[in-house]
Amino acid sequence: MKKSVFITGLRDGIPIALGYLAVSFSFGIAAVAAGLSPIEALLISMTNLTSAGQFAGIGIITAGGSYFELAISQFIINLRYSLMGISLSQRLDKSFTRVKRSVLGHALTDEIFGVAVSRTKPVTPWYFFGLALLPYIGWSVGTGLGAVFGELLGETLRDALSVAIYGMFIAIIIPEARSSIKMTVIIMLAILISCMIYYIPFFDFISDGFAIIICAVIASAVGALAFPIKEENGGGH
Amino acid sequence: MDTKFIIYLAIMFGVTYLIRVLPLLLINKEIENKFIRSFLTYIPYTVLGAMTFPAIIHAVGNPICGAIAAAVGVVLALLGRGLCTVAAGTAIAAYIAMMVF
Repeated sequence: MKKSVFITGLRDGIPIALGYLAVSFSFGIAAVAAGLSPIEALLISMTNLTSAGQFAGIGIITAGGSYFELAISQFIINLRYSLMGISLSQRLDKSFTRVKRSVLGHALTDEIFGVAVSRTKPVTPWYFFGLALLPYIGWSVGTGLGAVFGELLGETLRDALSVAIYGMFIAIIIPEARSSIKMTVIIMLAILISCMIYYIPFFDFISDGFAIIICAVIASAVGALAFPIKEENGGGH
Repeated sequence: MDTKFIIYLAIMFGVTYLIRVLPLLLINKEIENKFIRSFLTYIPYTVLGAMTFPAIIHAVGNPICGAIAAAVGVVLALLGRGLCTVAAGTAIAAYIAMMVF
């Protein structure tokens, strides 16, 4: 039983791992280009497992920024994980003890969260461990490869690889949007606010990480007020 | 690797770890409040939506190529393809578009 959910988790993690391999590859390239050593780039990936936060982090580290600035940037960019954690905690199986939460919880990423909450059964520690394992390996290996060999690839290929992660996001969003017109409206609202913040110069002071929080909180709050979800397990359809 | 880098690394890890793990440790019960439950149901998809658009359009040098990649991804997802296929399809579309434009 444990074994079969672990294997299911591993299988669900394969596409995430492939996406991470590509994105972390570009992180490895960027980190070395900014002046970090390959080992330093690898250590950041192995202890953080977050794309936006790490990209912002290397900018601050190589610019010799203050510890406070680094802490605040990580806090704002990664604050969305708290929202996801609250959401995920509703789906965790009873066998997910505090110790397991405090170890496995650090593998919570946008994609792992997206796949974990879209599962119809409660999320068990073995499933979550399986789900997170290959993406973690992919993220670490990709960083190392990018840091060491990135220069050998052409810029076009590197750029194309960096788009894969967004393709994965689209693959998570679309089935959910198709399942309910309310969900479609709320996702479109989040995207609309995101575009406004991006394109209107007045909003330039808002960082990328904070922009995501603003969009998600406003759109989800509108959704919860206008289209409260009645279903028992909190599923979106 | 100097001491300063190790402090930077510890800060990045510490802040991110606490953000991720504290909610999982502090919230054990099921939330009854309908507003909060609905809010949390919408959160993952609004987060991913806001992260993807318009970022994907500007992920490569030319916005036209980014837009083509996004369109291919959306069509593949609408056709019911899995995560891997859609991710690979967007990357391949971006690559071909960059070759053309």
